[in-house]
Amino acid sequence: MPKITQGAFSFLPDLTDDQIAAQIQYALDQGWAVSLEFTDDPHPRNTYWDMWGTPMFDLRDAAGVMGELKACRTANPDSYIRLSAFDSTRGWETVRLAFMVHRPTQEAKFRLERTEGPGRVQHYSVVRA
Amino acid sequence: MTIGTIETGQAVPVVGAETPAASARIDLKALYHDTQIDAVLAELDAALIGLKPVKRRIREIAAYLLVDKARRSLGLAATPPTLHMAFTGNPGTGKTTVALRMASILHRLGYVRKGHLVSVTRDDLVGQYIGHTAPKTKEVLKRAMGGVLFIDEAYYLYRPENEKDYGQEAIEILLQVMENQREDLVVILAGYGDRMETFFSANPGFRSRIAHHIDFPDYEDAELVAITETLAAAEGYRFDDGARAALVDYVTARRRRPSFANARSMRNAFDRARLRQAMRLFEADAPVDGEALRTITAAEIRASRVFSD
Repeated sequence: MPKITQGAFSFLPDLTDDQIAAQIQYALDQGWAVSLEFTDDPHPRNTYWDMWGTPMFDLRDAAGVMGELKACRTANPDSYIRLSAFDSTRGWETVRLAFMVHRPTQEAKFRLERTEGPGRVQHYSVVRA
Repeated sequence: MTIGTIETGQAVPVVGAETPAASARIDLKALYHDTQIDAVLAELDAALIGLKPVKRRIREIAAYLLVDKARRSLGLAATPPTLHMAFTGNPGTGKTTVALRMASILHRLGYVRKGHLVSVTRDDLVGQYIGHTAPKTKEVLKRAMGGVLFIDEAYYLYRPENEKDYGQEAIEILLQVMENQREDLVVILAGYGDRMETFFSANPGFRSRIAHHIDFPDYEDAELVAITETLAAAEGYRFDDGARAALVDYVTARRRRPSFANARSMRNAFDRARLRQAMRLFEADAPVDGEALRTITAAEIRASRVFSD
């Protein structure tokens, strides 16, 4: 059964909640704002995931994020959930860490589709199987 | 039939039976020093004037937590202790100041992970329209996780005169978190004694979830004078002998006037005395030295409205 691999740690076995909490704590200790996103369309070209609430600023402890993650999992059990940590430091101003924290039991499948263009040029696209 | 066997008819195991771990010894004094809790308590004693019963209660709580920690290391305690507190007392008796120190004490003892204090009032918890309250309260709770949530004037959360008030929603969320996430945060409710009493009797859920009720007594006159002097010293001012005598009179007179707020009134009095001192130096129109800039005289205190009637 192939796994969707996106973001950090995705080639590893799924992180346990304790490991996720430790990663969140690291991000918070760096002063990054953590946010949660979910989607039922994990296509690599889909950059528009739905946000679960607003990004969480001013948090000090991972327990707050874990509570939101739990709520998001309950509400969207069949979605992919991604956690990202945004660094607002001048010069960075970007996501410093992003990884998946939840995947559905039935993973999405993709296959390669070939289309022949003019002059036998091959066009490739990744489509949902 | 004995009491212990009524329910099941079976023998009840003896509580506190000898387990291998229970025979181990723990040096409480060493534990006390490891947590550096004595430094915090000594600082508390030195920094806060008066408040004897409060300090004693904090010592009790610290000792209880230390013992609980020892019991935990021997596997004798199962559930985390309830640490939610209620601070009651008149305005300006040091509730917020003590709450800040409480956060630090709990952090040193390892009962909160971060040791920060999030101080909120009704406005930060309760929303203005339907569906606004829950996200607001949860947001605050998330920020307070790993630390102490200090709810000032907590009785405003509950407004019995308006049954559509959203405060009740905030109270329910708070109670739920206070019960289920005891290891994640400690909630301290603060407010004036009589109104907190009404609040607790209207919300029995709160009373039963709060283990420690600490009452802050009013300061005595001498303590208020000492507090004012400490405040002044921290800002680089001193009172001369005449001013100190005036201050004693001021405290007596101020106490009789309405809206007396203990240390807060004294801070305000000091701030106004500073203004008057600046005005005096300015109008004297003469070169000043460091001593003159530092000193507050009796005239500045006596000029107060408190003495006017």
